[in-house]
Amino acid sequence: MCALRTYRIEVGLRPEFLDAAGDSVKKNIVEDLFIPLDSVRIIRVYSILTDLPRKDVEKLRRALFTDPIIEISTLDKPLADDFSWIIEVGYKPGVTDNVGRTSREAIVDIFGDEARECAVFTSKQYIIKGKIDRRQAEAIAGGLLANDLIEQWRAVDCNEFKKDRGISLPLPIAGKQGRVIVRTFDLDVSDGELVRISKEGILSLSLEEMREIREHFHNETVGRSRSRIGLADKPTDVELECLAQTWSEHCKHKIFNASIEYEDEDGRVERIESLFRTYIKKATDEISGRVPWLVSVFHDNAGVIRFNDRWNLVMKVETHNSPSALDPYGGAITGIVGVNRDPFGTGKGCRLIFNVDTFCFAAPNYSKPLPPRLLHPKRVFKGVHRGVKDGANQSGIPDINGSIVFDERYLGKPLVFCGTGGIMPTEILGEPAHIKKANPGDFIVMTGGRIGKDGIHGATFSSEELHGESPTSAVQIGDAITQKKMTDFLLEARDLGLYRAITDNGAGGLSSSVGEMARMSNGCQLRLDKAPLKYPGLQPWEILLSEAQERMTLAVDPKKLERFLHLAERRGVEATVLGNFTDSGNFQALYNDKTVAYIDMEFLHEGVPEMRLRAAWEPPKHEEPDIPEPDDYNVMLETMLARLNVCSKESLVRQYDHEVQGMSALKPFVGAMNDGPGDAAVLKPLPDSYEGIVISSGICPRYSDIDTYHMTACAIDEATRNAVCVGGRLGSLAGLDNFCWPDPVQSDKTPDGQYKLAQLVRSNMALYDYCTAYDLPCISGKDSMKNDYMIGGVKISVPPTLLFSVLGRMDDVRKAVSMDAKKPGHFVYVVGLTRNELGGSEYFAHHGFIGNNVPKVDASLAKKTYVALAEAIDQRFVASCHDCSDGGLGVALAETAFAGGLGIDADISLITMDGALRADLLLFSESQSRFVVTVAGRKRKEFESVMGNVPCARIGKVTEAPVLKLSAGSKSPIVSADVFKLKQAWQRPLNW
Amino acid sequence: MKPRVLVLTGYGINCDYETQYAFNMPRVGGRAERVHVNDLIDGTAVGKSLGDYDILAIPGGFAHGDDIAAGKVLANKLLNHLGEQLLRFIKDGKLIIGICNGFQVLVKMGLLPAVGGRYDEQQVTLTYNDSNKFEDRWVYLSANPESRCIFTRGLDRIYLPVRHGEGKLVARDPETLRELHARGHVALQYVDEEGNLSGYPGNPNGSQDNIAGLCDPTGRIFGLMPHPEVYVYPTNHPRWTREKVPAEGMGVAVFRNAVRFIRESL
Repeated sequence: MCALRTYRIEVGLRPEFLDAAGDSVKKNIVEDLFIPLDSVRIIRVYSILTDLPRKDVEKLRRALFTDPIIEISTLDKPLADDFSWIIEVGYKPGVTDNVGRTSREAIVDIFGDEARECAVFTSKQYIIKGKIDRRQAEAIAGGLLANDLIEQWRAVDCNEFKKDRGISLPLPIAGKQGRVIVRTFDLDVSDGELVRISKEGILSLSLEEMREIREHFHNETVGRSRSRIGLADKPTDVELECLAQTWSEHCKHKIFNASIEYEDEDGRVERIESLFRTYIKKATDEISGRVPWLVSVFHDNAGVIRFNDRWNLVMKVETHNSPSALDPYGGAITGIVGVNRDPFGTGKGCRLIFNVDTFCFAAPNYSKPLPPRLLHPKRVFKGVHRGVKDGANQSGIPDINGSIVFDERYLGKPLVFCGTGGIMPTEILGEPAHIKKANPGDFIVMTGGRIGKDGIHGATFSSEELHGESPTSAVQIGDAITQKKMTDFLLEARDLGLYRAITDNGAGGLSSSVGEMARMSNGCQLRLDKAPLKYPGLQPWEILLSEAQERMTLAVDPKKLERFLHLAERRGVEATVLGNFTDSGNFQALYNDKTVAYIDMEFLHEGVPEMRLRAAWEPPKHEEPDIPEPDDYNVMLETMLARLNVCSKESLVRQYDHEVQGMSALKPFVGAMNDGPGDAAVLKPLPDSYEGIVISSGICPRYSDIDTYHMTACAIDEATRNAVCVGGRLGSLAGLDNFCWPDPVQSDKTPDGQYKLAQLVRSNMALYDYCTAYDLPCISGKDSMKNDYMIGGVKISVPPTLLFSVLGRMDDVRKAVSMDAKKPGHFVYVVGLTRNELGGSEYFAHHGFIGNNVPKVDASLAKKTYVALAEAIDQRFVASCHDCSDGGLGVALAETAFAGGLGIDADISLITMDGALRADLLLFSESQSRFVVTVAGRKRKEFESVMGNVPCARIGKVTEAPVLKLSAGSKSPIVSADVFKLKQAWQRPLNW
Repeated sequence: MKPRVLVLTGYGINCDYETQYAFNMPRVGGRAERVHVNDLIDGTAVGKSLGDYDILAIPGGFAHGDDIAAGKVLANKLLNHLGEQLLRFIKDGKLIIGICNGFQVLVKMGLLPAVGGRYDEQQVTLTYNDSNKFEDRWVYLSANPESRCIFTRGLDRIYLPVRHGEGKLVARDPETLRELHARGHVALQYVDEEGNLSGYPGNPNGSQDNIAGLCDPTGRIFGLMPHPEVYVYPTNHPRWTREKVPAEGMGVAVFRNAVRFIRESL
């Protein structure tokens, strides 16, 4: 056996070929860092640590790593020549290197077991030509090419390169075998000391919770049972960490379950025992009597509804905000690949058929100084987008709906909402597929990726604001292919009945997945030393808490274990037995047969003390703007279309695969040139049926500045009307609520906590009111409550944000309607009532105001409107239907016209309105529950008759001439604009 | 007997279900099964060997994450373990189709275009789009009536989506590129709405001579970047809500041609 040595293969494009990746790096350097350059080319570096002889490595260079048509490469010799600077970027030890992992697999595939010892580490060289100095080279490396949290880099100029005969980075070999240490914590200390223990350990446990834990360990019965297995009456680090994870805000939703005393603006006080139970769950419970299709709500990893007799739909939306702030790419790919596992770990598992994503960022052209530790919002934006794109595309799950919202307050923490839907048979092998059970005696089996130090303290870290000491270990990089292999395998195993229960390893890792599943059997014996590790040197508590990705935990019947493990092996998926489920009533973890944790199941899951909080509502009063009427409405309309919250996101969305799996029936972009903004997605999931799924969303955080009650009503209404636009119907729609709030707990850090909590209370009140009004049950939800940044006295809090997603069923996708005007001569209608509601609008924001007249949703009128419109669509009376939201009717009319490549000639004074509105207010008011609809001449009577009882005004016609011509009662139009010019204005801002 | 189709799965292939369905559609008439790469490699163990099938389909996806280069690692794996079997499969007059990632695999194995009957060398490559972006975009394609390709027989102009980041076709040298045209290897080219060879976005990736699909000298091995398997229903068309679209999705014919060929020839 030869000794291990390192070989270095460098691969680059032949000089005559365009280096598209290098060119786009150059573009980013020039546009984002303002450093002029001549060119950038890229060299890929593979450092191979192996005992293979050189001739074999030479073979790998040629046959595996180099494309013979367009690339050249070297072995142990620098490839670069003729340049000004080289920057090499590689990973730090322990960071997931997907290409390195695949390379190793490919090498083992070629050389078999002989090559088992090999490891491959990848890095990239950026070969720069241009007159730049060291300071600029380092700015490029640190500010764009590398993220110091996860990557190492070196920048050298050509002289240095010659002198050193190349460039290299230390190999990022992680972890050394050390001594296994299990510490115990003495909690018989002062309050100050308890707080210190919690803070230093990133436990995020409050003083009250620390005291509760101390009390528990003092309990005599507890002490007796601990001494029987040789444990002291003090918690071990494994136990304390496990409790901290399980009790974290992230896992236990303590604020949503708190007892809250709420005082409204008139001083009336009300006690609310759990927002979740009082509003969200109560609404769903009430609606469950009126809709027959709820299957499994709130208690599993995702919500389940009936699709037809044979199939159920499953959906979940999550956020991954804190990690995305630190490492946008890694955070976001982990977000999307991570939320895939939620529906996958629901019931007995399901096939994943769509993703959705919504992001909130500060504007990409932000030009003020950046507070410490924050990345520039454009970098965050690009990194998050690339992460979601890679994660979703590589998983083969179409990304079909979402939006991007901009507000300067997302500078401190971006919000990254990722959601996934799946389809599961109603029954598998004669048993309901949405029900799972772990029995005492079943094996605990973990499948998929291995465990490393990645993501330790993710759950507790995201339960805090972003601060100076936020741990870098909380960052992970998702690996879509390892997960895809695992999910393919598990679907096979599911259909063969090879496991009884499944759940995912997300926040809290094994501590959470095994801890949760053990509730089904009432206990477990988890053997931490059996867990497969990425590298040695992890302590037992780290193994338990690691949030290393791409892992599922299963309960496997002992009779099925052999078949399960055999199939895993055949599919190239690692599966490891980590102990058993028991009915002992204890969460027991062992390391080398020694118990390192022994926690009473009930205390673990129910022991967290209830929070008692106070909320006080005082309506804010903003300046009411007095805006002069625009001189030129054409210019104003173009300006509105070009606002970041309105403009086209096509260049970004096109980079998501939105039709893999072949189910797409309405795509994100529709219309004559496939570039109009669709309102909602429609899928046809079954090959033998035209039944469809509608997916839409609503989000309007600007309205929170006035009243979160109405913000919430508007978000729910927006999601609902988007679904109605394409053919969804009330009574067939389910909701998902994702709250992202700034810390609402009153403290020195948060002196306005009572107000922020009141905002949360009001939001929940609206959720109850509107969900029950629309028969729209929430089936799943999530909250993220610490979206603040605080370093050096600078505090940035996100505006209270609710993403409301809608998942619905439609009988026949062939009845779906898109938003683009279809034919000249069709009539144009505005459905709904327009009021003077510009508070929090894009129009006011453009003028630098918030205002006070926030849009309010008239639920009973909206409901009547949706019922009528759905009927009109079902009867095929409607040619196009478009939601009216950010930027109001002006924007919706323009979009309807240019998406169809046609014009509209209309009189806006005919629109049904409340009082007389000045033309600009009429065009840009953001009143809810409104649509722009077009109808063929021959359907006019029928359409108007169906819409008879709701506001529905015929205001003009679609025209062949591609001009948007809007008059306001008088002859001469106020808007007369070429629709292609309007479209350009709308497409330009984010056309990256 | 329905022609038997093996649709490869595993390791990040992700268009396997819809490819299977396209072959199994009643109007196509195949009998397609999804078979895992590993089950095919140690075929005897599970009673599945390549020889039992008439058509091999390598679907789209991200096999092995497209790490190193798109399709490269799966190409190596198939060559290492199934090289001989594949050559026999070809010699027996059977059909192979590689879609998107599958096309990348076939090219990197050297099975396409195999100019001069050389199935053992890589003659072209598929590399990063000139835009350096993965894009999902519908494109017009023109089928070459001079091509021997079995799969594109009778097709003229079709409309399909591309969904890739590495689809730019580059030939080894000008001579190879000439041969591709001269010997009917070019089966499909990207065109604009009027049918002209044009630049981006008509040609979504910057492929030489707008080449979108290639076949081998026999016309029985076919690879293409666009996805015929996701235009099988009228509602897959991006503009079905505004235009009159054909009753049958335009991708269906590709699969029917293959099944019909097997019916008629084997």
